[in-house]
Amino acid sequence: MDSLPLLPSGLVAFVKRECPTCTLVAPVLARLAAEAALTVFSQDDPSFPAGTRIVDDRSLDFSWHHGIEAVPTLLRVRDGEILGRAVGWHRGEWEQVTGLSGLGIELPEWRPACGSLSVDPDRQAELLVRFAGSKLHARRVELAALEDEHEAMFERGWSDGLPMVPPTEARVMRMLQGTSRAPDEVVAVVAPDLVECTVEKVAINAVMAGCKPEYLPVVLAAVEAACTEQFNVHGVLATTMPVGPVIIVNGPIRRAIGMNSGMNVFGQGNRANLAIGRALQLVVRNVGGGRPGEVDRATHGNPGKIAFCFAEDEEGSPWTPLSADFGAAPGTSTVVLFTGEGPRCIVDQQSRDPESLARSLAASLRTLHHAKLVIAFDCLLAIGPEHARVFREAGWTKDAVIARLTELLQIPGSELVHGAGGIAEGIPEHLAGATLPKFRPNGLRIVHCGGKAGLFSMMIGGWASGAIGSEPVMKEIRP
Amino acid sequence: MNRTQPARVLLDPTSERQLAIRSRVQRLRTLAGKTVGLLDISKPRGNVFLDQLEGRLRERGANTIRFVKPTFTKPAPVDLRHEIATRCDAVIEALAD
Repeated sequence: MDSLPLLPSGLVAFVKRECPTCTLVAPVLARLAAEAALTVFSQDDPSFPAGTRIVDDRSLDFSWHHGIEAVPTLLRVRDGEILGRAVGWHRGEWEQVTGLSGLGIELPEWRPACGSLSVDPDRQAELLVRFAGSKLHARRVELAALEDEHEAMFERGWSDGLPMVPPTEARVMRMLQGTSRAPDEVVAVVAPDLVECTVEKVAINAVMAGCKPEYLPVVLAAVEAACTEQFNVHGVLATTMPVGPVIIVNGPIRRAIGMNSGMNVFGQGNRANLAIGRALQLVVRNVGGGRPGEVDRATHGNPGKIAFCFAEDEEGSPWTPLSADFGAAPGTSTVVLFTGEGPRCIVDQQSRDPESLARSLAASLRTLHHAKLVIAFDCLLAIGPEHARVFREAGWTKDAVIARLTELLQIPGSELVHGAGGIAEGIPEHLAGATLPKFRPNGLRIVHCGGKAGLFSMMIGGWASGAIGSEPVMKEIRP
Repeated sequence: MNRTQPARVLLDPTSERQLAIRSRVQRLRTLAGKTVGLLDISKPRGNVFLDQLEGRLRERGANTIRFVKPTFTKPAPVDLRHEIATRCDAVIEALAD
């Protein structure tokens, strides 16, 4: 189906009866048929226009393969090569293409073209499958006549527990329109099965997750980031801790695809946030083979393991975006992947000066995972706009906030050792005389998001940090 | 688009790995004279568990070789897997905490 059907030599016209300009020029086409070698490709009615040699192109095979965008299109062809083209009705252009004069004297000088059926938006998916579907390599799963397609996907183990959009060829072809990358390009090797994952496989899972085609580049970048050695999605999956990949999106693509960075940013209701997060999880599940109860050994897990993706509120932020902390140039669209548990609220409705607010945040941050455990776990601190305003008005940069929090989170070892506070959990006794930081250097990251009302921030606890566990990873989003 | 043609053919979202049936390695009939690899995955106290096992295995006449994974969070490096496979008749991987 991919081969180009050759056009006959001579004059060639593409028309459809439902186009008023085509019906207007029908007498002209009849004259051309009589005086010159004319072949008419009719898109909707093989008896139109009368008095011409008509090729039935209701399949749109010729129209599609020759890139016809509007009708009528008149071509002059020799040995398959297009030597002249007129689109719509314009007497001068038609006379130039045909080499004849006095065409359609009774007609107006000019009439516009109509859209070709081969570019009809309602038929794009069907035509993509018909003419370009052979590009797809995935195994076709044919459902039995009595099989419900939604139940079939559950039964095959493809679902995270929620219903999904069936990945038909048409939907996958349409999804692939969202990227310039070839369907067979390998995006990453996905743990735990260490399987090469193509753009096509990501697209299939993105369809199931509910993505629109314009989300696909974000999903591809997230898959790339998750499958790096630094991020270590294998360990993130296998751990008994309740963590999963958290995707933070920066740059112009946030607005372009309608992501939420504001009210209810971690909650329900935004398709892009949820579908992108879910698509990554489905890739890990279906391509990588990472399923709960198998390699995924989480004791509790968290609801974010269905989908945890959000955008930073850059426009309302007093600070540079999170991506800049990882070296991204301003204006670049990126994902940052952080291994995180569910978000936890830090309430402070009283602090109006930055020092009080920093102390307030530090007091809560100290309890992350356990008040007596230090250095082992990173934190993503999501500062809400009303808390950020306190720092903004006092002129505190992001670095200043982190520096102050780091000072406030130097903890005497005597409070942390085994048995301190009557609690066995803690660090070895020989560290009783030391002072230890809650977070390793760069272990505390700040992102700005949330609704404009509410004096709250959110902390997202990490997992085993650094080379023995997971490092946050930034990837640029490519079109 | 599927109003008239319901979705009946879906594209497989999985890795499509062929589930080739692989026969298991012959089980050892005796431990005497055999070499058993003991793989510490670097979880706390994994060595305590393996010390106990090592004593029991030696009582039964087995030779033992100790191996350590760099971190429990990641799969064992290829070289380590190869070394275990070529030097040992059996392997015990220790999970601890």
